[in-house]
Amino acid sequence: MIKFSFDLARSENYVASVQKGNASTFDSPRVRFVMRMPMPPFFANYVGRKLFRFLLTIQGLGAFALITLGVIITKIGVARRVIRPLISREISRAGVRLLPMFLFLATVLGLLIIGQTVSWASKFGATHTVTEHLGDIFVIVVVRELGPLIAAVLVLARIGTANVVELGTARAMGEVEALEALGIDPVHYLVVPRVIGMAVGIFALTVYLIIAALASGYLWAFLQNVPLRPGDYFGQLAAALNGLDFVLLALKTMLFGFIIAIVTCYHGLAQPLQLEEVSYATVRAVAQSVIACVLIDALFIIIYLAT
Amino acid sequence: MSAAPETSTRCAIEMRGVSIGSMRDLSTIVVEDVNWAVAPGDFWVISGLQGSGKSDFLMLTGGMMAPVSGIYCFFGEEMPIFEEHRLADRLRLGFVFESGQLFNHLTVSENVSLPLRYHKNLSREDAEPELNQLLELTELGPWADSTPGAMARNWQRRVGLARALMLRPDVLLLDNPLAGLDLRHRGWWLNLLEQLSRGHPWMNGRPTTLVVTTNDLRLWRGGARQFAMLKNKRFLVLGHWGQVEAASDELVRELRASTLQQDQ
Repeated sequence: MIKFSFDLARSENYVASVQKGNASTFDSPRVRFVMRMPMPPFFANYVGRKLFRFLLTIQGLGAFALITLGVIITKIGVARRVIRPLISREISRAGVRLLPMFLFLATVLGLLIIGQTVSWASKFGATHTVTEHLGDIFVIVVVRELGPLIAAVLVLARIGTANVVELGTARAMGEVEALEALGIDPVHYLVVPRVIGMAVGIFALTVYLIIAALASGYLWAFLQNVPLRPGDYFGQLAAALNGLDFVLLALKTMLFGFIIAIVTCYHGLAQPLQLEEVSYATVRAVAQSVIACVLIDALFIIIYLAT
Repeated sequence: MSAAPETSTRCAIEMRGVSIGSMRDLSTIVVEDVNWAVAPGDFWVISGLQGSGKSDFLMLTGGMMAPVSGIYCFFGEEMPIFEEHRLADRLRLGFVFESGQLFNHLTVSENVSLPLRYHKNLSREDAEPELNQLLELTELGPWADSTPGAMARNWQRRVGLARALMLRPDVLLLDNPLAGLDLRHRGWWLNLLEQLSRGHPWMNGRPTTLVVTTNDLRLWRGGARQFAMLKNKRFLVLGHWGQVEAASDELVRELRASTLQQDQ
């Protein structure tokens, strides 16, 4: 049957676990048989197979996430002079280099929110009310919802897809076996820097996106003659924010980064791909990452509403 | 570098009743019931047609997959050595892949120095002296900053060799190292492997145990090499070149009298 070994003390090497069908749940002969089994074309069977596949994906992703966490913890000081530059490179790739695009986007985001809000409010002659609650609107829309999600989706589009392609190609070209042959843990060398880089990158980019959107929001409000002084605006923002916002923002964005990196690396690495399968893996990884991010977002709303 | 107890009389590689699964699908057995002993310093040539399981055989010997059945001991320790604390044992094995299997996003010098830097936790600069020595040995100096994609196959293969030599392994496994090389490169490889087998200065004069696979026996004739063959899922020891020449087996004759007459 499909089995997992989470015994970290006896962590077997990656290629071996893939062969035993541990890391790649799709590839065990039993699963392959179930997936290709001829079935009468009933809708229930179709749904059942989809559900089965979905559960297997969850299982595989969960296992991969736990393995990665295990490696991060157990190999924290191993080969620091090799891994650290890789982490910096990933942070630069999933963070610093995307900053100009994010600043541009934040400016536009501020314009959209202010433009829509002010034009909507002026229809009802409620400009005064809007002026009093501009800070609240921004905190709800940008800080709690759009900021983190936009950052996550953009980093997924720019870097997540590149991860799947890079790792999928590396797997298909046998580079993972080469790492094994050199006694280098592929998860440590290939996955850990990407996970850390993306978690830090999305967190930092979200912070910059939010700050820039708040600033540009005021700028656009000012240009549209909304009677609001900077002091009042920042006062409103400060009143609308509470401590929990900061904690949840940090947790949420880090979790987005972690999940996106795990999903994309899983699809690139965990299954023994042929070169032509890399594009399918990319499509699957993007869809699953977006779904995972939205689910996490929903989870955080529930946490927020509950507290 | 690695302090291997040279006084050991144990076999470097010992297989008893080992069955080997395919790398792609472990449930498909490609070689059965292998009984084989390699003494330290031996030079073995494993021959067989394409698809006879040479690569899978070598992958298993390199510890990248477990035997389906039977016992495989590496310097007296049972393989596969996957456990983290047995990494030191594992690094006594060097593996040269048939198609190089280089890291395409790294330059040649990064490819070659990676194992050293990773296992000894060295910065780029710290690894430089040893790296340069090895690049000089393999004549890869001019390529140091190119990526594998920009190089000809002949040279890509050498990068794979240099990377495997970086940690000065006691046992070096080479998957079909001479396939597709031009004559000059072929001569260079044969010469270097012979030197490694006798004790190369890079290995501090210590003889390296070598196992190569080939589909052309004639390239490896002569020397103190021992020959074996994979045929019909069986591992057959042929002995020295003299015995290979005397063998009447049809496949041996085919592998021996190959179409590469003009190369000889």
